[in-house]
Formats: sequence, structure tokens, C-alpha cells
Amino acid sequence: MSEQDKTVKLSDNERLKRESNFLRGTIEADLQDEITGGFTADNFQLIRFHGMYQQDDRDIRGERAKQKLEPLHNVMLRARMPGGIINPDQWLAIDKFAEEKTMYGSIRLTTRQTFQFHGVLKPNIKGMHQMLDSVGIDSIATAGDVNRNVLCTTNPIESELHQEAYEWATKISEHLLPRTRAYAEIWLDGEKSETTEEPILGSNYLPRKFKTTVVIPPNNDVDVHANDLNFIAISENGKLVGFNVLVGGGLAMTHGDTATYPRKADDFGFIPVEHTLAIAEHVVSVQRDWGNRSNRKNAKTKYTLDRVGVNAFREEVESRAGVKFETSRPYEFTTRGDNIGWVEGIDGKHHLALFIQSGRILDYPGKTLKTGCREIAKIHQGDFRMTANQNLIIAGVPTEQKSAIEKLAREHGLIDDSHSNQQKNSMACVALPTCPLAMAESERYLPSLVEKVEGLLTKHGIADDNIILRVIGCPNGCGRAMLAEVGLVGKGPGKYNMHLGGNRIGTRVPKLYKENVSEDIFLPELDNLIGRWATERNEGECFGDFVIRAGIVQEVKISKTDFHS
Amino acid sequence: MLLGQLSSAASPLSAEQVQKLQGLVAELNPIQQAWVSGYLAANANTAVLGSATPSAQAGEAATLTILFGSQTGNAKGVANQLKAQAEARGLTVKLVNMADYKPNALKKEKFITVVVSTYGEGEPPEDAENLHEFLYSKKAPKLAGVKVAVLGLGDSSYEFFCKTAQDFEQRFTELGAQSIFARADLDVDYEDEATTWVNGALDAFEPDLKAQQGNSAQVITMPGIATSTSQYNKQNPFAAELSLVQKITGRDSTKDVRHVEISLEGSDLTYTAGDSLGVYFLNDEVLVDETLSLLSIDAATEITLGDKTISVRQALIENLELTQSYPAFVEKFAAATNNVELVKIAEDKASLREFIEPRQIFDIIRQHPAKLEAQALVDCLRKLQARLYSIASSQSEVEEEVHLTIGLVEFETFGSEHFGGCSGYLAKRAEEGASVKVFVEHNDNFRLPTDTNTPVLMVGPGTGIAPFRAFLQEREASEAQGENWLFFGNPHFTQDFLYQVELQGYLKSGVLSKLDVAFSRDQADKVYVQDKLRKNGAEVYAWLEKGAHFYVCGDANRMAKDVHQALLDIVQQFGGKSEEDAQAYLKDLRNQNRYQKDVY
Repeated sequence: MSEQDKTVKLSDNERLKRESNFLRGTIEADLQDEITGGFTADNFQLIRFHGMYQQDDRDIRGERAKQKLEPLHNVMLRARMPGGIINPDQWLAIDKFAEEKTMYGSIRLTTRQTFQFHGVLKPNIKGMHQMLDSVGIDSIATAGDVNRNVLCTTNPIESELHQEAYEWATKISEHLLPRTRAYAEIWLDGEKSETTEEPILGSNYLPRKFKTTVVIPPNNDVDVHANDLNFIAISENGKLVGFNVLVGGGLAMTHGDTATYPRKADDFGFIPVEHTLAIAEHVVSVQRDWGNRSNRKNAKTKYTLDRVGVNAFREEVESRAGVKFETSRPYEFTTRGDNIGWVEGIDGKHHLALFIQSGRILDYPGKTLKTGCREIAKIHQGDFRMTANQNLIIAGVPTEQKSAIEKLAREHGLIDDSHSNQQKNSMACVALPTCPLAMAESERYLPSLVEKVEGLLTKHGIADDNIILRVIGCPNGCGRAMLAEVGLVGKGPGKYNMHLGGNRIGTRVPKLYKENVSEDIFLPELDNLIGRWATERNEGECFGDFVIRAGIVQEVKISKTDFHS
Repeated sequence: MLLGQLSSAASPLSAEQVQKLQGLVAELNPIQQAWVSGYLAANANTAVLGSATPSAQAGEAATLTILFGSQTGNAKGVANQLKAQAEARGLTVKLVNMADYKPNALKKEKFITVVVSTYGEGEPPEDAENLHEFLYSKKAPKLAGVKVAVLGLGDSSYEFFCKTAQDFEQRFTELGAQSIFARADLDVDYEDEATTWVNGALDAFEPDLKAQQGNSAQVITMPGIATSTSQYNKQNPFAAELSLVQKITGRDSTKDVRHVEISLEGSDLTYTAGDSLGVYFLNDEVLVDETLSLLSIDAATEITLGDKTISVRQALIENLELTQSYPAFVEKFAAATNNVELVKIAEDKASLREFIEPRQIFDIIRQHPAKLEAQALVDCLRKLQARLYSIASSQSEVEEEVHLTIGLVEFETFGSEHFGGCSGYLAKRAEEGASVKVFVEHNDNFRLPTDTNTPVLMVGPGTGIAPFRAFLQEREASEAQGENWLFFGNPHFTQDFLYQVELQGYLKSGVLSKLDVAFSRDQADKVYVQDKLRKNGAEVYAWLEKGAHFYVCGDANRMAKDVHQALLDIVQQFGGKSEEDAQAYLKDLRNQNRYQKDVY
């Protein structure tokens, strides 16, 4: 493979990684540049490896152009929080920073089970990293061509199993981190050290982003098929014994490019728990060496697998790791969402899952979510868990504190019994105004869209039912619409590609139904289909299964051949 | 006046020629008169007098020296008028900018007229600084036998109105000179009174000068005048189209700064980077109507203004000052309305000053309504003065356009929103496409170096960036090889970085070699342009040493002084000089026209 790559022109990102001096670039010089709020040339890309994206307020981009002002450049920071666990002291620190030093004032929980700051101006960036460091958080490798934040099912009930799985998520994250000291040098004023080597990621890092999860069935909250590498926890008598390993999921595609498609992960087999890091390392190393470095749109693990074949890839991993995959152990996914409300764990502790619409923690009129979280953090003795569904769990509450926390959560609108099932099963990525990739609204559009879909369900007499509905502003997949029953993918202002036919548990990719349509087209379509579903469905049949059975869309079985057919 | 008195009997001209001449002169503005007089004299010299140039000795003895110290060009204009009138009387005059005048020459003078303005807190204009200082120094010569007349220009809305003129007169008389014509302190609407004063002063000088001079008139050429071919000027402004008014501060800025583009198409008006544009504006109709109603004046009432008869409403909108308050208004309005309270305030200078400070003329009327005749109101008010703005464009780039950078003056007081007269008009009331009366005010004291290889240091915080935008356009168009270094400052980087994108472009293309910015309120400790200068002290000094020109534009009261102090410190520190030597170093820069200011 590597022989073949040499004959093709490498993508420019390969050059910039190679020339970056292990991700240092000239970021420090850019920080001194007072003439622009942005980063220049390669640094614009390199800061991603340090967990930041350069963005701007797109709502006022045109206005500022007329004002002869550059776009309102700022960065979005995505923290590295394996398994999404954050303690109350950390919460108070990030809450203070969000309040005082970000343009939007929010803490945004994301589908990568972490939080994002939106709107940090250049003069505040170093201070932000130092604040995070002071409470034991960093943002290394949460973006860029590396292994990103490792997800882990937030199962609070089986606390021991969760603890083991969470520890593996953390170990995998640490094991696959870049070894360069660039982050500490640039942001934390760490001592300068000589050029490092990158034994796992390689000096050119990975061909493309790489995502890993640890999942505890039966809840597929992390959406394994959206990830390159998944460890499915297999337990015996409540003890973790090993993992089934799923490789090659990924949802990103490019509009108009049929060589790109969302793809489910393939099952490589079972490994005992002691081989976890070796397998993780070598799935990464094979993808590092075999991934396409000349065409970034064909660089992810899923395309490597489709190019070389699952067997060839798996055998190479086995040979490098010195471990044979065993036959997969049986497991079943039955759910994907978070159980909103209180549950009691087997350890007797209580856990409160809060539904946070689009993960945006901010004070709204009559719904002071951010203040509520802050007040809870001040008295909470357990931890917080950010979920892959953009919700927040207040975990590990002793019985005697349950009522105090519930009271705060209700006072600040964090518990709101009026949330419908449809609301809880709808999701949006960030999109406008901050995300530079967004082609259409998503987060800001979701509330009104959900209300309309609720209206349709009510109209057809199934108000308590719901459809897994996900909206994304572009086809890159942050909101995982390509595993939804109804997925809307932003195409242009007010225009979406409408996909139908995913399932409840996230094991099927939905098929394109209507291309580039606005609400006045897709809502009547939904109206009609929901009406048919309400009357024609089999017992317990979900909307996604119905549309396939009714022949409204073809099932996508093998993405490479079926998705664009 | 003189021409008016002229008769064919007292001159070599026929009655018909006298009439024609009188007719012609009446049509000419002072600059045109000056040009004609120079032309005629030169013509006469070559055609008739030939080599009959008077000896230097004779000339000096009978020469009227006109010294002017001008900041905005008004004093210079009056000095030119004085010269033209003097020459029309056949007098020999020497017109000199104080900045170019060697103080030692004072002792050779016999007849001196001073036309000088005052700016800021009673300070001499920059051009007058040296001479002013010299007169107060021990080196000042005795001036017994010297005859002098002083004319002051100023703005009575400032506390130290015409102070520099008063200083000059006082020092001249203290040194022994005789003031032969009473000093006049003229306000912003100085034109008519200036003409009266010029004629009065010349009447006073003429007998002595004539007695010593005999018949030979000497003409000294006047550089820098009559370069413009346009018929439009301050008295006859061009009705230009306002083509663009664009806010260039961000939506969250505490400042409202507008980039204004005006079309000069069809005017033949030309300008040079460094010049200013005079803009006449219209007062707010809403406030005008309110004023009329407060004073129970019918809007249609006709009033007399100079030789025009127009409606009082039109006069208030177009011709009279209603925003910037000044002492004389309060005095006249108090008297006209018999308002005891106002009369009392006007009696005490200090309280009058305090009273005026926060109030526009509108406010004074609103707070003291009375029944007043339309004409009486008009007689209380002075003529609306054009506002001058440093031009923010170069014609080599924008051709027949002129660009301005205007900070909207806005403040809340007495329960209502207030706007500056002209900035309020341009930013808030005038619509794009409106006709705005403008003229070009040349400013030879703010010019790029003639040698395009000379490096240029520019300090222009806030709207002070305007002329430097013009400079950069000019330097780019002329493919100047000299380096350019700009210092800019304002409160916030994200909101107030005026012309940010253009400046980034200049950095990228290399037109700007360096750009240093100070955003005072982006961090706990305020940072200003002078701090950035100091931070770059070594390099600033190196630039000065390699011949750079240093320009400052913007706030006179604080910024320009702080920048001057920073420069002094830099020269001391990096030039290893004593404070005195550093002062001399900067003075020398100024004398070489390498340190120029456009401050207000």
C-alpha cells in the first residue's frame, strides 16, 4: 500500500503535518500577531491537533466585510474527556471561563461526549488552556488527523462494569495520544524539548481523523457505527472479560461525490481484555500505513477496509499485534438514548440524567440551565457525565442529597416534565453561526422542527410515539444523522437532503429519499409517511423499519454499493 | 475699499478702466485677487520697468512683513488677502509663514502684521511655536520703532479664545513695538470682519510705507497658491454627491465611525494626501422646528441674512450655527430675550464657560424658551461654519472621489440624544445620493516626503488614521520604495480596528512594512499608541536617524502630547541625549518638516 501511495501526489495536509515540527508550526508567532484574530496558513489547520477550530460569527460576516473588518475570528475548543466524566471542581472552572471569556457564554455538550467552548478570542486562548490544565483537563488531539476523544457508554447502573470500561477508555485515549510536547510548550509555557518521535501515530500522524469508543451493551449510546474503532464490552457475571472489536464505521460524506458514503463498522472478533491496547494500537497503525494520504475524501478507515478487504486488514492487525481475534461473543443493542430522570445504581447511588436540548448549557429566560448546573456543582459529591447524546448525567448522588439536587434541577429548568419523547429523540449538530462547514441551520432550527414533527405525530394520533430525528448542517456527520430514522443533511440555506430508514438502535444507514428540499416539501412528505406509519405499521414497528418494509426506501445493507444506488 | 475710493483723477487709469477694475475685483476671491495682482505686477515689471528692481536696502526698509501662523489654513487665507490688498495699494509686502521665518530677522523689520490662530488650550499653531517661544525668550530683540498690527483667529467656543494673538501683541509691545491698529479677535465666522480689519490695518500702515518706499512696488511670489483650477472654494463650495456612508466600527463598538465617500465629479477639485475637506451640513429639521416653536416664530417668516432674504426656517437649517455653543450667543440671546438668569450667567466668564460646556445651542434655547422675533434670533446666531475633515483618500487611487473617516459625535444629555452638527448630518440624516457642499482646504503642513525613498512613520489612533489611509494609497500608487510604519490604536480589537482589512492587505503587499496596534481596553492595563512607540523605541529612533518623516494625526489635547513625550523619551534613551538635546533634536526634525502634525 505504502508503495502505491508514493506514486501519487500527497494531499497538502500531508505536507503541513510533515513540516509542522511535530504540530508546533508557527503557532506561537501567530499568537503574537496583533493584526488578525485568526491563525495563518498551516497554523489554521495545526491548531486542530490541539483541540481547536478557527471559526467566526457567520451571522455578521457580511456586515463586517462592509465595515472593512475581518471576520470575527475566534476559536472553538473541544476538550478531551474520555468517557465524558467531569468532576464538580472542573465543572465550576469551565463554567467560569465560559461565562467570562467566551463570546457565547455557553458550555456546549457534544456528540463526542465532551464539552466545547464557542467564541474564544485569540488573547484568551492561552489562558483557557492554562485554566483547563489547572483542573486536569486538556484538549490534545480532539480534532485533526489523530485518535480523538474516546467515548464510553455512560451506564450508571452497572457501576463496576462502567468503571472498568471507563478506565479502558481512558487508557486507550492516553495510549494513542500524540507524544509531541507541542501542546505543553505552546499553551502551557512548558519547557521546550527536542523533536520527538511518534511511535504509534507516526511523524505524519494519521491520514484522517480517527474515532474510538468503548460501549456497554445493550445501550448503543455512543453509536458504534459512526466510529473507526469500537470495543464492545463483554462481561461475565458483571465483570469485564474482553471486547468484540468493530472497525471501520464512519458517517461523513461529501455532497455530490458518490465515492463517499456513510458506512457501518465490521466485526473483527473478540479479544480478551489484556490485548486491548495492542489491538487499539495496531488498528491505528494499519490504518496509519494503509490509509489513503493523497485523497482526504477517501482516507478514513472505512475506505481502507473497502479497498483492501476486511480480512486483509484484520490479518495485518493480528500479525502486528501478535493476537488472534476470537469468534465474536453474542451481545445485543436495544437502546440508544439516555434514560432521562433518576435511576439507582447497583451500588445504591442515584443518577439523574438531564435532557439538554442540543447540549447547549446556557441561561435562557425562565430556564437558567447554566446557573443550575453551577449550583449543583457547588454541592454535588459525585461526578458529571456528558453523554454522546449531548445530555448530562449527575452521577453518584447519595440518597440524602437526592432531594437537594432534584430541587435545584427543577428550579433551574434542568428537569422539565414537559419535554416530549420526540424532543428527547431529536438531535442537532452546532452548525450556524459558528461552524465554518455548515451549509444550513441545525441547532437553531431544531426546536421549531421538533415542534412541527410533534404536531404531525399528534395529528395522526400517536403523540407519545417518536422518530429518531437528527439534523446536521453539513454532510460531515457530527450530529450522526446517517444513523437516524429521519436524517436531514444541510445542503444550502433552508435546504436539506432527506434520508429515511435508519433504526432505533443505530445499526442501519438511512437512504436518500428527497434531495435538496426545503421544509415546505419535506414536512408534507413526513406528514404523509407518519400518517401511513400510524395506520399501516406492525405491532411495535419503528418508523425506520416501516419505511423499508413499505418500500418507501431501499435498505442500505452494504454502503459502498447500496447507499448511492 | 481702496478701489472703491479710487477715482480716475487720483490714478493713471481712465474712469472706464477704474469701473472695469472695480467690477472685476468685486468678482474675485482673495486668492484670485492675489494671483491677478501678482500677474499684473510681473507684467508691468517686464514690460515697462525692465531692470528697475528696487535695491534690497530700499525694499527692506519699506516692506510690510506679513507673518502668519495657521493651523487649518484660515490665518493663511487672511494673510494672503492682506497681501493682495496691500499690493493693490501698491505697497511692498513680504508674506512669510512663521514656520519659515528666521526669528533673528525680526530686528531688521520695521512694519509687521501678524495673522495667527489659536488652537487647543490657548496654544499657538504648530507653525507659530518657534517664533512664539523666541519672543518670550531672552534672545528676543528690542523692537523700538517697529510698527505692528495683530489679527487673531479662533473659536469662541474654546476657553482661551485667540490667546496666541494676544500673546503676540503683548510681547511685541513689551519689546518696544508700537501697535498701530487695534487687534481684532475673530471667531469662526471671521470672513467679513477680516476684510474690514485688513483694510483698516492697511490704512494705518500705508502712509508710513508710502513715505519710505517711493513708487516701486515689489512683488514677492507666493508659492503654493493658485495651483487649483477649480472654481470651487470655501466661499463657493461644490455641491457634491454623497455616494457612501458606511459604519466601520463593529456592532458592539462604543464608537460609531463612518467611512464616507463623496463624488467630486464635475468639480475639477483636486487635493493632495494631507489636505482636508470642508463640509457644510444641514441642521436637524426636527430641532429647527422645535426651536421655532419654542420661540413662537412662524417658520415662513422672512429674515435678512447678509444680502439675502430667506425664510427663517431655511436660514436655521442651512446657514446658521445651532449646535456648537459659544459665549457671544448666550450674551446676545440673553439680551434679546431679557432672560435674567441668562444675563446673570453671561456676566461671569467662568460660569458662562461652565454653562456652555455641556450644551448645544439647541439646548440653551430649549431650556430658555421665550417669544422672539425671527430676525432677532437670526441676529443672535453666527454663520454655520464648514467642518474640516482630514481626507482619507488619494486621488491617485480614488480619482474623482474623496473619502473621509468621521467619528459620530453622540451623547445623551438633558434627557435627549445629541449629535454633532456635521457628523450627525452625515451619519444619521443625510441619505446616500444627497448633495453636500464641500471644498478642499490645502494643508502644506502635512505632506508626504517629496523623496519617495524616505521612510515614513505614522501615528494615527482613532479617526486620526484618515490621512494615513490617504498616504498609504499615495505611496502605493507612486510605487514609493520608502518603508511605511503605522501606529494605530482604539478601544477594542474586534470592534474598532478601522480599515483593518485594508491594512492587512497593505501588510501583505508590503506597502506597510510595519503595523503596530494598541487596543486600550482589551486588557486590564490600558495600552496606547505612545506605549507601542516606546516598546519599539530603538527601532523608531533608528528610523528617525535614517531620515524618516514622523506624522501624528488625531487628538491634540492628550494623544499628540503623549506621543511627543514618548518621542522625547525615545530620543533621549536611544540617542543617548539629554532632555534638552532631545528637545532640540525634535525641533530640528520639525524645522526640516520631518515632524508634522494634523491634530484637533
